[in-house]
Amino acid sequence: MASIDLQNITKIFRDAKRKRDLLAIDDVSLSVEQNEFLCLLGSSGCGKSTLLNMIAGFEKPTEGTVTVGGKLVDGPGADRGMVFQQANLMPWLPVWENVAFHLRLKGWRKADRRDAAQEYIDMVGLRGFENHFPAELSGGMSQRVGIARALLLNPQVILMDEPFAALDAQTKMDMQEELVAIWQKQRCTVVFVTHSVDEALVLGTRVAVMTSRPGRIRELIALDLPRPRDTTGPRFNDHKRHILNLIREEGMQQRQAAVA
Amino acid sequence: MTALSKSWERAVVPLFILAAWEVFSRSGFLPAALLPAPSVVLHTWGDWIFGFDETSQGNTGRWVADALSSATRVAAGYGIAVVSGVLLGIAIGWWRWVERTVEPTIQMLRPVPPVSWIPLAIIWFGIANKPAIFLVFLGAFFPILMNTIHGVKTADRNLIRAASMMGATEQQLLRHVVFPAALPSIFAGLRIGIGAAWMLTVTAEMVAVKSGLGYVLWDSYYFLRYDLVLAAMASIGLLGYATDALIKVLMSAALHWQHGSTLQSREG
Ligand SMILES: Nc1ncnc2c1ncn2[C@@H]1O[C@H](COP(=O)(O)OP(=O)(O)O)[C@@H](O)[C@H]1O
Ligand SMILES: [Mg+2]
Repeated sequence: MASIDLQNITKIFRDAKRKRDLLAIDDVSLSVEQNEFLCLLGSSGCGKSTLLNMIAGFEKPTEGTVTVGGKLVDGPGADRGMVFQQANLMPWLPVWENVAFHLRLKGWRKADRRDAAQEYIDMVGLRGFENHFPAELSGGMSQRVGIARALLLNPQVILMDEPFAALDAQTKMDMQEELVAIWQKQRCTVVFVTHSVDEALVLGTRVAVMTSRPGRIRELIALDLPRPRDTTGPRFNDHKRHILNLIREEGMQQRQAAVA
Repeated sequence: MTALSKSWERAVVPLFILAAWEVFSRSGFLPAALLPAPSVVLHTWGDWIFGFDETSQGNTGRWVADALSSATRVAAGYGIAVVSGVLLGIAIGWWRWVERTVEPTIQMLRPVPPVSWIPLAIIWFGIANKPAIFLVFLGAFFPILMNTIHGVKTADRNLIRAASMMGATEQQLLRHVVFPAALPSIFAGLRIGIGAAWMLTVTAEMVAVKSGLGYVLWDSYYFLRYDLVLAAMASIGLLGYATDALIKVLMSAALHWQHGSTLQSREG
């Protein structure tokens, strides 16, 4: 059974100010298997976040259905952990309370929350920062907290919306490596949104290349490259060349459409 | 800079004013009764508090009782204003339908100066604690309400998303995300509110109550005891300062997470 199933998803945004509709997602069908690491790749504005938000339950599809683990999605829930582009930590809570926020909602006692948080704090390499406040953390550390917080939900799927986009190159590489290690250990399903071809190729078991607006799936590419991925190897570069060509074509079509 | 030299900095301006005032009063430029020197005021004030030589006549030794009755009115009216202002503010900020139904009425009542309620307050509640408490409530309620609404409305909606991703119900969102997110703004309202609360207790006591610091102030004016008037003014100022300091302590304890990230945290 597929872990995530998108069936004929269409999303139209009503632009109240300009009184016109915007077709953001056009008839997308996609299923993601258990333990898969799917990268949604596309240029900015093509509807990646919109698609992810519909899986998360923040947005409702105008047409079509989203099911996760066989259950119809009709709102956000703890069975789907989300890591945002901005970490979105509660600034008034220390690191460990942010990680264990879900348990606070479930009414756990403080000592139990603290214990439960530690495992995930260690997993993302933040031991020693448990009592720091978000304002005291770097961008990379904040994202680690966001990841630990999503992992603690022990969700069927983890949704990530360009979580490393704002990080410097070195930190980004470290985090990507750690994320793959965590994914391999936890055996969860990941949907990872990115606009970087390299990032998609380093992380994914599959890459879904999206068209520019309105968003459709242009091509699904299975990656059978060994890990850790060799970013200079010939097969990596074959994939990269192919995807870059797709993106170039998309760009040209869009420009032509704009002129016409 | 050391702590000692900092507290010295704070004292410079008040000390200079006091010294200049003392010299001016003693110069005989104005009749001494019209502008009593600080030393005279201090003496009267001391008698009002400790009752050593009855310079403050009928008020001798009654300061604690007077201060307490004012403070009780502040506490009661302010307490009601805090609870109702914060709760209603969260409701208005969060639910559109509450905003639509309640906000217009609030906005119409808000510009009415609290003191203009005095006649009605006296008719409704008589001459006692209640009209004063009512006035204090009115004065403190609106700033607390408006700041709470603002705090709720400017809460980061991404935090609300994050919490609902973790399975928060609406009630949990309000308690665990919206309320703490609005807290800095709520505290701003609390500090404006406490100033209004003292102002209105004193006003009410001058008109509608027969006890408290405001009553002593107004009564002494009739008896041309400007030293007592000044002592009462100083008492009110001091108590207002002390309650504000208390709220500041509570605030820095509740908002300690802001340390290092705001301009305010530079204060020593
Ligand atoms: N809430 C919204 N209301 C109106 N338009 C929106 C909304 N969210 C996104 N859009 C539009 O939908 C398109 C896709 O947006 P998005 O999914 O954020 O793109 P991406 O994440 O791929 O950069 C964009 O043109 C954007 O302006
Ligand atoms: Mg996006």
